Amino acid sequence: MSEHLSKQYDNDLETLRSGVLQMGGLVEAQIRGAIEAFSTGNHAAMEQVIANEPGVNGHEVKIDTDCSHIIAKRQPAAGDLRLIMAISKTVTDLERIGDEAEKIARMSKQIHEHGRVELQHFANIRHAADIALSMLRQALDAFARLDAAAAAGVIREDRAIDTEFRSILRQLITFMMEDPRTISTALEIVWIAKAIERIGDHAKNIAEYVIYIVKGTDVRHTKLEQVEREALG
Amino acid sequence: MLTPAVLVRPATHTDAETPATKAEAKDLSFYYGGFQALKNISMILHEKKVTALIGPSGCGKSTFLRCFNRMHDLYPGNRYEGEIRFHPDDTNLLGRDVDPIEVRMRISMVFQKPNPFPKSIFENVAYGLRVRGLRSRRAIEEKVEQALRRAALWDEAKDRLQDLAFNLSGGQQQRLCIARALATDPEILLFDEPTSALDPIATTSIEELIHNLKDKVTILIVTHNMQQAARVSDYTAYMYLGELVEFGVTDEIFIKPRKKETEDYITGRFG
Repeated sequence: MSEHLSKQYDNDLETLRSGVLQMGGLVEAQIRGAIEAFSTGNHAAMEQVIANEPGVNGHEVKIDTDCSHIIAKRQPAAGDLRLIMAISKTVTDLERIGDEAEKIARMSKQIHEHGRVELQHFANIRHAADIALSMLRQALDAFARLDAAAAAGVIREDRAIDTEFRSILRQLITFMMEDPRTISTALEIVWIAKAIERIGDHAKNIAEYVIYIVKGTDVRHTKLEQVEREALG
Repeated sequence: MLTPAVLVRPATHTDAETPATKAEAKDLSFYYGGFQALKNISMILHEKKVTALIGPSGCGKSTFLRCFNRMHDLYPGNRYEGEIRFHPDDTNLLGRDVDPIEVRMRISMVFQKPNPFPKSIFENVAYGLRVRGLRSRRAIEEKVEQALRRAALWDEAKDRLQDLAFNLSGGQQQRLCIARALATDPEILLFDEPTSALDPIATTSIEELIHNLKDKVTILIVTHNMQQAARVSDYTAYMYLGELVEFGVTDEIFIKPRKKETEDYITGRFG
């Protein structure tokens, strides 16, 4: 995209874009920290994730305020308008991912404090978390490069994380049926698995916004095949 | 490079929802002496809709607008090629056999700066009616009131109809000019940057007026203010160097234009 006649406008938009990527980086680190905390019981990691959460919220408010200022001052149109609308929605999803990371950290704290750790669940949760993290990273990359095809790839991957979540749920149900004493811990792990699944949903949302920016088509609530047609067409 | 092929009607319209055609430029070219200001423009003006013409200075949008009521005939050396079909008559507005005075009765124009006649408010609106041969005082009074009401000026002017039009504020003078244009019941109303000389409040009232007028009349408006085009129009045409680059439904032009040239212009990347 060529430059605006107004250099200040270009600077304002660039500040917004880099703000989103910065916030995305922080949120990625939060997920990594939360999963680390769950896997190892590292108390410092849990506290760090909880302590960082207000910073994520601050990014959301700052970027949203900047979006409002640009709309008021520049009356953006076409691609610029789509970018700003998408950014405003993206930061909401990133903030919610931050909430999910905090939730995982708090749950991990409870599980480890009560010493009720079932090691066999770590691998599954880690695997689901790896998929969610990869989806978020790809969605942010697609945003940075305005790459609709890459964004469609993220949306496709959401199926994998849903499958993984159902698999974890099945295992935990079996586990609870076999030994009712594990119900309490198992339920906490279900919450963690659900949080990871939600992170995947938010990453998918961000990918949908990227397609909206690039193609001008709103692909929310449409079938994957149609999304791919729009993104690649 | 601009591609000459431009959609005459917006691509997203289905036949069922396409409004009736009020006028249609067909391969319209226009020359100021040896200079070609319009190049093969083909575009539809939809009935009882507002169509905005946007583009940088010198792109030909005012020239195009003025073809519709034969304003260019007033100067020697100007030349039209192609035609503008006017419906439902299906006559060519640019035809030699068509009387420009008659055209201007049916296609009125409002200019950039308010230009009331140095007469009373009443006489400004009544002028066109008298030219048209209306003699009955009562009929003229009725028409004047009707036009002033449609131009949203009646409440402010009804007690001072004999005042000199110049005593009105800028926004009121522009509404008076709109009332004057409406008095002869035109079928198309042409606006050439009607708010560029007005403050934001007067601009809003004119925009509101344009919105209300489209129930009865087809409107073509030239504006430099892109936000105004986005606010008031149903269709937008982007012109550049005498060519029609893109024509479409306004909501689409301003959110998802099909052509990069249009996007560059409306997002301020045009250099």
